[in-house]
Amino acid sequence: MNKILEVRGLSKIYGPGCPQCLESTGPEADTNLCPHCGSVVAIHDVSFDLFEGEILGVMGESGSGKSTVVKTLYFDQAPSSGEAIFFDNDRQYDLFSLNAAQQRWLRNHRFGMVYQNPNLGLNFNISAGGNIAERLLMSDLMDYGAIRERAKALLARTEVLLSRVDDLPKHFSGGMQQRVQIAKALATQPPLLFLDEVTTGLDLSVQARILDLILEIQQELKTAMVVVTHDLGVIRLLTGRAIVMKYGRVIETGLTDQILEDPQHAYTQRLVASAL
Amino acid sequence: MNAMSHNQAGNAYNFGFLDEYAKKEVRRAILKAIAIPGYQVPYASREMPMGRGFGTGGLQLTLSLIGPNEVVKVIDQGSDDSVNAVNLRRFIEMTCPGVSTTTATAECTLIQSRHRIPELPLTARQILVLQVPYPDPLVVVEPSEDKRKTMHGEADYSRLLVKLYEDIVKFGEITISHRYPTRINGHYVIDPSPIPRWDVPKLNDSAALILFGAGREKKIYAVPPHTKAEPLAFSDVPFRVEDFRDEQGRRRACARCGCVDSFLDEFVTDSGSKTYQCSDSDWCDMQLRKARQTQGEPA
Amino acid sequence: MSYVAIKGGGQAIAGAAAVSEYLRTEEGLGNTGAEPLAIDAILHQLRHLVDRVVSEGGVYYPRFAALAIKQSMGDTLEAAFALRAWRSTRPRLSETPPLDTSRMRLIRRISAAFKDIPGGQMLGPTPDYALRLLRLELMDESPDAFRAVARNWLEKCPEAELPDTFPKVLDALRAEGLLPPVSATRGQTAFDITREPLVFPVPRSAQLATMARAETGSLLAIAYSNMRGYGDVHPTVAELRVGYLPVMLPHPVTGELVEAGEVLITECEVVAMYEADEAGGKPVFTIGYGACFGHNEVKAISMAILDRALQKGMKDGANNPSEDPEFVLLHVDGVDSMGFASHYKMPHYVTFQSDLDRLRTTQQKSGEPA
Repeated sequence: MNKILEVRGLSKIYGPGCPQCLESTGPEADTNLCPHCGSVVAIHDVSFDLFEGEILGVMGESGSGKSTVVKTLYFDQAPSSGEAIFFDNDRQYDLFSLNAAQQRWLRNHRFGMVYQNPNLGLNFNISAGGNIAERLLMSDLMDYGAIRERAKALLARTEVLLSRVDDLPKHFSGGMQQRVQIAKALATQPPLLFLDEVTTGLDLSVQARILDLILEIQQELKTAMVVVTHDLGVIRLLTGRAIVMKYGRVIETGLTDQILEDPQHAYTQRLVASAL
Repeated sequence: MNAMSHNQAGNAYNFGFLDEYAKKEVRRAILKAIAIPGYQVPYASREMPMGRGFGTGGLQLTLSLIGPNEVVKVIDQGSDDSVNAVNLRRFIEMTCPGVSTTTATAECTLIQSRHRIPELPLTARQILVLQVPYPDPLVVVEPSEDKRKTMHGEADYSRLLVKLYEDIVKFGEITISHRYPTRINGHYVIDPSPIPRWDVPKLNDSAALILFGAGREKKIYAVPPHTKAEPLAFSDVPFRVEDFRDEQGRRRACARCGCVDSFLDEFVTDSGSKTYQCSDSDWCDMQLRKARQTQGEPA
Repeated sequence: MSYVAIKGGGQAIAGAAAVSEYLRTEEGLGNTGAEPLAIDAILHQLRHLVDRVVSEGGVYYPRFAALAIKQSMGDTLEAAFALRAWRSTRPRLSETPPLDTSRMRLIRRISAAFKDIPGGQMLGPTPDYALRLLRLELMDESPDAFRAVARNWLEKCPEAELPDTFPKVLDALRAEGLLPPVSATRGQTAFDITREPLVFPVPRSAQLATMARAETGSLLAIAYSNMRGYGDVHPTVAELRVGYLPVMLPHPVTGELVEAGEVLITECEVVAMYEADEAGGKPVFTIGYGACFGHNEVKAISMAILDRALQKGMKDGANNPSEDPEFVLLHVDGVDSMGFASHYKMPHYVTFQSDLDRLRTTQQKSGEPA
């Protein structure tokens, strides 16, 4: 299997930072807030690899830094330090040394993102089809008919009623908004997709259908995914490997089955036990 | 008295009204605008003695470029005789002694215009200055100038294109009537000022230098001679100029000169019927003269 | 058939000017004793109008401001505009160093923060506590009575020596460590908005300069939105002073600073809610600064509040319009905004023709089956 993403030593600190930040935060310190300078160590020294067609889970409670991981990789925020290499066919990109235009190009063409809050991923003032069209237009597809066909095909694939292609997403249900977000993320057939708590807050039956959809897509398109969630059920259903985070640090990593059946870290043990 | 005309308060107005430092700054901005076709160059726009929105940006360009041998034409809505054109022309005559003015497109070296590009193709020895109310085509999708600057830098026009897409979805047509966003030299998209779509193709590969001045918004930009200018459109929904065909599909003619290939103004006559005339008054006069000459010739 | 268009433009313009001039002088028709408004009368009796015009016009030239008021028949936007346009023709000859406002020759000075302040409170000329009742006796004021008022006031006025400087209230607070230290940018050359375009983000000096020339009503409206709840500056007026500020200019030959004259200004310093210090120091109050030509307290206070709001917006991101530098600075200039509002009166035949074409085509399309 080919590696698609290599993340090494990824860190993000909000605030001025001080020499004591790292030793004063983390799972042992039981906080991510530095008592000396008030900075938040959102993530520190996160490293992992992702392979083609693989789904990697990033698991943790709120404040663990799990969302920060994908936000830095998707260029929503710049990391404080660390490195990430994206392998794309024969090319490789050192993500954080690219300029803004190159980063935007990768975001639009080779990455996809589905946010927990559809407001972040969709423009609520343009139609569902328009949202998908925006991503296609970024990729210089300039044929109206072709754009429209592609938008319809994507919405059909994500099980959005075609009669709603020209409706505004703000009038859609939460589950439907996530489907449109997924369709938009897939528009350019990216080899890498980030999913940040995509089913949180949805009805259980809706959750199940969206998770099924994600699995189908992964099997069909062989898209590699990083799935961020606090929900062990999502981790169990979707991911093959997972990392567990607490207060900004990775505390456990391995095959999902192994982590769930035989957790090593006391925190993971509590997490798994509480979910049973 | 020399070129300086003094008023009662004893203060002199410089040739071209603006002080020389101001003119130099405008000229530097022009050079930069020509060097980066379509890029909006910020400049410290001066207050002129007419309202912001009445052509103060265009006027600063004109006054900074004008030399004593200039032949200037000023038009507004295609007409040399409209109130604002007359006002600007008078101001130029007053503050630039020695400069001559004309209404003939063929004779001028510098044209300042609002909302129209003359029908007569311009030549390499002419400069066209267009007055601009809104310099940035992205303003319809992004209110922050700071963010728009980044979008322009990265040639990120997808949100503007989505607007065209949504138009077609809603109306079956691109509804932008004037100020049609146009990509210059393959990168920057400009607001070509409120010229009708009819005039947009004249920007492409123009022999004359075309300058745009936005006084209130304090920007100058340019389409240099022989530069590519492409209106944004889809490959299967092409850009279209105004349609002047009647109900039977025949091209309407100017009621005065009979011209069938100019931009027409529509009037409702006192009797309530509609009539059409060339918007470009000099062009209309030229067609009339031509027609008379042809008639005058022996058969 | 004649060209149906906007013919006779020149004549129309001349006619419009003539009829305006008729209205300005119309009083002379029925009244043989009618006199034109004297510049001095405007300077003195309409002083607040002059103050607005010098401030919004951006040139301290009260006599020309009075002239502009006269020719515009009291339209402040037009008058400030005429002054601004005249200013465009003037080169920049010299730059003053930062001027020390503690050296102002004060006519008024108050603090809302302290009952007493070093140097004392001085109410001075203000309508703040006046009853806004129409003074009907002024309807028919006799020239003699008019001249007597000022004379009598001066005679009764006790002679007093004013000190050369009045300490600033803020200095006392700063000495106590309640204010942030003086910014490192103080003393640097200020941004000249008449010579450089605003390219955002802009330095604070550009923001202050833009607001100092702003139209009073526009500035007030945006500041008021912050006061009412679209913002949270919650200011206390530490000091508001009005007076004549000596203007120091380098001597053209020796380079030595000499006093070139003085300008009447209004200055306002507000103290607002304190903020934690980023570098880990003690929290301190925050400050907002406002100053403008002429006696215009509403403008100086509005500016001080907006200065604070903008500093906050620059630091934390704008949470409301008054904290957004682009929103505030690009919408408060009277010459820009009035010009653009007026331009809609100009012909838009061509663009409207183009609009008609689009609407007709779209109407046609919407009649067709999809």
